[in-house]
Amino acid sequence: MPKRTDIRCVLVIGSGPIVIGQAAEFDYSGTQACRVLKAEGLRVVLVNSNPATIMTDPEIADATYVEPITPEFVEKIIAKERPDALLPTLGGQTALNTAISLHEAGTLDKYGVELIGANVEAIRKGEDRDQFKEVVEAVRGKIGHGESARSVICHSMEEVLAGVDELGGYPVVVRPSFTMGGAGSGFAHDEDELRRIAGQGLALSPTTEVLLEESILGWKEYELELMRDKHDNVVVVCSIENFDPMGVHTGDSITVAPAMTLTDREYQTLRDIGIAVIREVGVDTGGCNIQFAINPADGRVIVIEMNPRVSRSSALASKATGFPIAKIAAKLAVGYTLDEIPNDITEQTPASFEPTLDYVVVKVPRFAFEKFPAADSTLTTTMKSVGEAMAIGRNFPEALNKALRSLEKKGSQFDFATPVAGLGDKDELLAAARRPTDGRINTVMAAIRAGASPGEVFEATRIDPWFTDQLFLVKEIADELAEAGRLAPELLAEAKRYGFSDAQIAAIRGLREDVVREVRHTLGVRPVYKTVDTCAAEFAARTPYFYSSYDEESEVAPRTRPAVIILGSGPNRIGQGIEFDYSCVHASFALRDAGFETVMVNCNPETVSTDYDTSDRLYFEPLTLEDVLEIVHAERQAGPVAGVIVQLGGQTPLGLAQALKDNGVPVVGTSPEAIHLAEDRGSFGRVLVEAGLPAPKYGTAFSFAEAKEIAAGIGYPVMVRPSYVLGGRGMEIVYDEASLGDYLTRHAGLVSEHPVLIDRFLDDAIEIDVDALYDGTELYLGGVMEHIEEAGIHSGDSACALPPITLGGHDVKRLRASTEAIARGVGVRGLINIQFALAGDILYVLEANPRASRTVPFTSKATAVPLAKAAARISLGATIAELRAEGLLPASGDGGTLPLDAPISVKEAVLPWSRFRDVHGRGVDTVLGPEMRSTGEVMGIDSVFGTAYAKSQAGAYGALPTKGRAFVSVANRDKRSMIFPARELVAMGFELLATSGTAEVLRRNGIDATVVRKQSEGEGPNGERTIVQLIHDGEVDLIVNTPYGTGSRLDGYDIRTAAVARSVPCLTTVQALAAAVQGIEATSRGEVGVRSLQEHAEHLTAARGK
Amino acid sequence: MTTSARKASRAPAVLVLEDGRTFRGRAYGAVGETLGEAVFSTGMTGYQETLTDPSYHRQVVVMTAPHIGNTGVNDEDPESKRIWVAGYVVRDPARVPSNWRSVRTLDEELTAQGVVGISGVDTRALTRHLRERGAMRVGIFSGDAIADEAAMLARVKAAPEMTGADLSAEVATTEAYTVPAIGAKRFTVAAVDLGIKGMTPHRMAERGIEVHVLPATATIEDVYAVEPDGVFFSNGPGDPATADHPVSLMRGVLERSTPLFGICFGNQILGRALGFGTYKLKYGHRGINQPVQDRLTGKVEVTAHNHGFAVDAPLDAPSDTPYGRAEVSHVCLNDGVVEGLRLLDRPAFSVQYHPEAAAGPHDAAYLFDRFVSLMEGQRA
Repeated sequence: MPKRTDIRCVLVIGSGPIVIGQAAEFDYSGTQACRVLKAEGLRVVLVNSNPATIMTDPEIADATYVEPITPEFVEKIIAKERPDALLPTLGGQTALNTAISLHEAGTLDKYGVELIGANVEAIRKGEDRDQFKEVVEAVRGKIGHGESARSVICHSMEEVLAGVDELGGYPVVVRPSFTMGGAGSGFAHDEDELRRIAGQGLALSPTTEVLLEESILGWKEYELELMRDKHDNVVVVCSIENFDPMGVHTGDSITVAPAMTLTDREYQTLRDIGIAVIREVGVDTGGCNIQFAINPADGRVIVIEMNPRVSRSSALASKATGFPIAKIAAKLAVGYTLDEIPNDITEQTPASFEPTLDYVVVKVPRFAFEKFPAADSTLTTTMKSVGEAMAIGRNFPEALNKALRSLEKKGSQFDFATPVAGLGDKDELLAAARRPTDGRINTVMAAIRAGASPGEVFEATRIDPWFTDQLFLVKEIADELAEAGRLAPELLAEAKRYGFSDAQIAAIRGLREDVVREVRHTLGVRPVYKTVDTCAAEFAARTPYFYSSYDEESEVAPRTRPAVIILGSGPNRIGQGIEFDYSCVHASFALRDAGFETVMVNCNPETVSTDYDTSDRLYFEPLTLEDVLEIVHAERQAGPVAGVIVQLGGQTPLGLAQALKDNGVPVVGTSPEAIHLAEDRGSFGRVLVEAGLPAPKYGTAFSFAEAKEIAAGIGYPVMVRPSYVLGGRGMEIVYDEASLGDYLTRHAGLVSEHPVLIDRFLDDAIEIDVDALYDGTELYLGGVMEHIEEAGIHSGDSACALPPITLGGHDVKRLRASTEAIARGVGVRGLINIQFALAGDILYVLEANPRASRTVPFTSKATAVPLAKAAARISLGATIAELRAEGLLPASGDGGTLPLDAPISVKEAVLPWSRFRDVHGRGVDTVLGPEMRSTGEVMGIDSVFGTAYAKSQAGAYGALPTKGRAFVSVANRDKRSMIFPARELVAMGFELLATSGTAEVLRRNGIDATVVRKQSEGEGPNGERTIVQLIHDGEVDLIVNTPYGTGSRLDGYDIRTAAVARSVPCLTTVQALAAAVQGIEATSRGEVGVRSLQEHAEHLTAARGK
Repeated sequence: MTTSARKASRAPAVLVLEDGRTFRGRAYGAVGETLGEAVFSTGMTGYQETLTDPSYHRQVVVMTAPHIGNTGVNDEDPESKRIWVAGYVVRDPARVPSNWRSVRTLDEELTAQGVVGISGVDTRALTRHLRERGAMRVGIFSGDAIADEAAMLARVKAAPEMTGADLSAEVATTEAYTVPAIGAKRFTVAAVDLGIKGMTPHRMAERGIEVHVLPATATIEDVYAVEPDGVFFSNGPGDPATADHPVSLMRGVLERSTPLFGICFGNQILGRALGFGTYKLKYGHRGINQPVQDRLTGKVEVTAHNHGFAVDAPLDAPSDTPYGRAEVSHVCLNDGVVEGLRLLDRPAFSVQYHPEAAAGPHDAAYLFDRFVSLMEGQRA
């Protein structure tokens, strides 16, 4: 039966900012869905507050609302657009929760909007643990298989304590209901832990509900991805087995597809249960995933949970199998059945089948614990990873080794170079491997090398013996490599078959990596490229989706058009996320339009770039020099290669530029030499001197004595950091000599081999970001962003406004001149991002990055100009003048000459504080600093700054309050600037609470404030609560707390972590306070409207034409 | 396992296709020589069931899933008393199996049963070759059996072809035996064993059927001697064009209008009994992910297949046959191959795929219920 004819307009809800547990995979799925629906001739209305997504590109939907994903804003959009249907299953938990709220509030009924792809009852049955248990029981009644872990539902701490006895004692699992990515869940081994985890869980759950469960720690863990259509046809798209047994969130586990250690009987039992569950839950159409635990001793199967929507795992499954779950879910939602939808990859067979794999897929998580040194790094049922890499190989070791090197993290690959004697004691290594952590697999390998037996490894880790044996196999090959008299061709080929990198072989043999590569090439040991085809070669594949393997036959077809190879950005991490994928995808689109054959290389399964129909060819491969060189070789065999683009994928590909060039690979765009010029402190300094541009004073120190001298010369405060860092790692502002000494002691490890850079810290400066294009003669100023937080907060964590709200035409003129001078001096061909600081009247240059920056998507959306597309074209030789003539860039003017009535866009960063606890279970501090820690961002766009800022806050953290109690406690240096905004708060009807010092200042300025007790003062004699207690009790609506430097840090820490725990808006800079006051004002003044990007763009284009 | 043991564990082996293409790898299972028809199977699970499926007699099976042997071998999952494949081609055999039911390794099992295999070959390249060129004869040679390529190729070319092969009698039981009903007995079925899989009588027994499994050489008298409520024709190896005895036996059953059900080879027999032709597919259907549409309901089932031949019957309209009108009841959505036949005027139907599903999904188990309904209808 073909698609429904009664639906003409569909609203799709995205997932909002990237946070842990809900990341780029929903951009991938949402983008697919929007494209499918549009191709079906439907009007697609999209809401997503995240500007860094492809789905919010104006051409993906018909009306794109970059507005907060809250029931209030979505209702405004519904009222305006009047869609017939709402598709809520492709935007993660955020979209699903919003849809349920709209349903409960009666909004959907009011406007006659039908939920498609899911129904509320099915969502509840799937997500409510009590109801889901009933589902599982019903399934057991029908098919005789499947059960739930024994459990009790609790709504209070008393019920929780009683529940443990009911289950037969500790350990127990605590799972809050309706939270995403398992937020707030964990194992409790005793009452203390139970009180902490369950207390947190009750608070986090929107229904104040947690589930206590018998422990199935150490069991085997599996997942099935299923799809169902309206005719009740059900297929299992993919099975996934976790390398890490039960106890580690599947998002934090190493996972393998297909399942490796199930017999057919056991697999079919899971399949039967899965199908029975999807029917029982009543997911009418679309995808869902179901997780299982299996007792390795007797095969007892427990159904853990199901997600009645497209999930992170479905993105992984789509990439792992070539079966595009989100795309098909969208088609099913509008009425198609599986047999009516063709399989894109074979073109001749239908989607109503189950993919079969002739390769192995391994996903490994990437963590960012180094950014949160206080956080407990033990892996639990709460997801903590910030990204993931996937690799495909013809066997498990090959896929695993490729995945580990895809992580691009020091120490992520197995280390066989350290002598066994240097690894440490076997028993200690086994003891360490008991605790699941980032890199446990490396600890296991070290234990194996130190002599652990398979039995000992299983006893310590419960990792399945088959997986363990594969690790032993890898280790044995490493031993052979080490012991061999020479690197014989057979041995080398064997090592490559099991995924050893040239670098690993080099380390084992004591050679240089390039020497191993040369030997390998001489011996003719090179990878072939196989196709991901959904059917294990039963049918011919039409889609060139490749992975490398050391096997016999390659499937790369010859081509005639020149190819451009675009290097992606690898696993998401803090500082390098979806924004870079956005630029890579844009480059691919633009270059395909310009007549090139585009070849994408990336290893991040969450992304749009690794969708097989984004580029002409996709290589799902690690982004290491070795892997990229082999792809270049294969593509050169296939046809002409115009060049490789390294500028758009962030630091990962940029770091390969010089080595690629040295290996004879044409790097297009900004040359590797120019990249070096911008990145090397000394060379860049000379560029600035030649251009007559000031930079803050700085120096390089190798010892405390030197550092002391340099800092004194510059004058405190100074910014200190190790010389090689990325993303501001280890960077701090130091206010005096004692703190400098303290810094060097604390970072002894970081700085031992590298000098320390000491910069003048520009106190009270305005920080400005500029994105620009340069073609060698003309500069196109993409956009000027004024940071809301002062200089010193990492630009990635700072909110910013575009166009700048306090800079005048004169300032923009100076910025343009400086940008052009730097672009010319460095030799940029494409994008450059420069950070400036305006202190007094001096415009300092902080740093320049000759590549696409994190802000490119934001700038592009705020100004309605596709900067990344233009950059890609410039890299391949187009000029800005040509692009203006073509219409890719505006005919005249640029991002620095926006019309006066252009909309104001505010970008706000989203930080993962609520995800982390220290080892004692306390929250981690939320103070912003020079080290970037945000995982994602939102954009608020409106005609005035206040409203745009309020929208950005609503999108990031929940709406700003318009009344209630505001607590104010600021550092001495901030007290003066706090007075005016505080007065405004009172004028708007807020009651002010303050600690004694701040209250005194306020009162002296005629502002009434109630004194509350500090946490350090403790409860008062008459039971007066401290500020922290008040926050926990939900009696504070807004918190303003700026850090005090070194003194009384603890108080602020408790306040800020309490704010995070209770989700109370917490402003940590006075600049943010001032902006928030404007936002609150705008919100209280009345109706805040919604406007699509297309409308904004139309307005801008019209204004530009004037 | 020590380093040297890892190396020594696998002797060199060579796979030679009849068109001359050669793959080199290492011995797996028994060492020696084996000849047969090269076919590939795309199932990711169920190697034990595949190996013991009598329909694979005289075939050298290439597994497209790279890791084989991971769950070892247990004594519950085999579909017959022995391994039937003529040879086994895998990429990465497991060294250590892992499963609570495993009692020995697959390597040991293959060796014990004298099955010559090869590991470490590019099974995807081999599969693509078979897909493009079609199923063909093949030889695996290891140990002393390795000779120069021309000699090995000559051995392969001298082996018999699958077309024209009459193999049922080689795999079927020689003595009749009974599989009792599970629970209360409701029906008696005579099952003609042309290479029957163990799960098939089990699926019937689960439905209260007492199954009398009869040799492929059974006569019409043998069949009716058990006083059957229904007659079943099983799967099995070989070319249906040679199966003259089963075809005439089935005609006898059709004439008597006894409820009849056929699976796989049994479907081809029904096709021939009705007067349709059969033909050899280029490379067959072998896997557990095949989409089949039930043309009566429009529903799609994911099914287990193992067939190299198919029935040539018109898809668009019912055909007139000596036993009344017949129609194609099921079709494979991948390629439009006939996957099921049904008589409209007599109680008989058959499917080309495997509703007993071992290995494979259970979507088509309802067909056994249809068989039960036919028998119920006949009684009423």
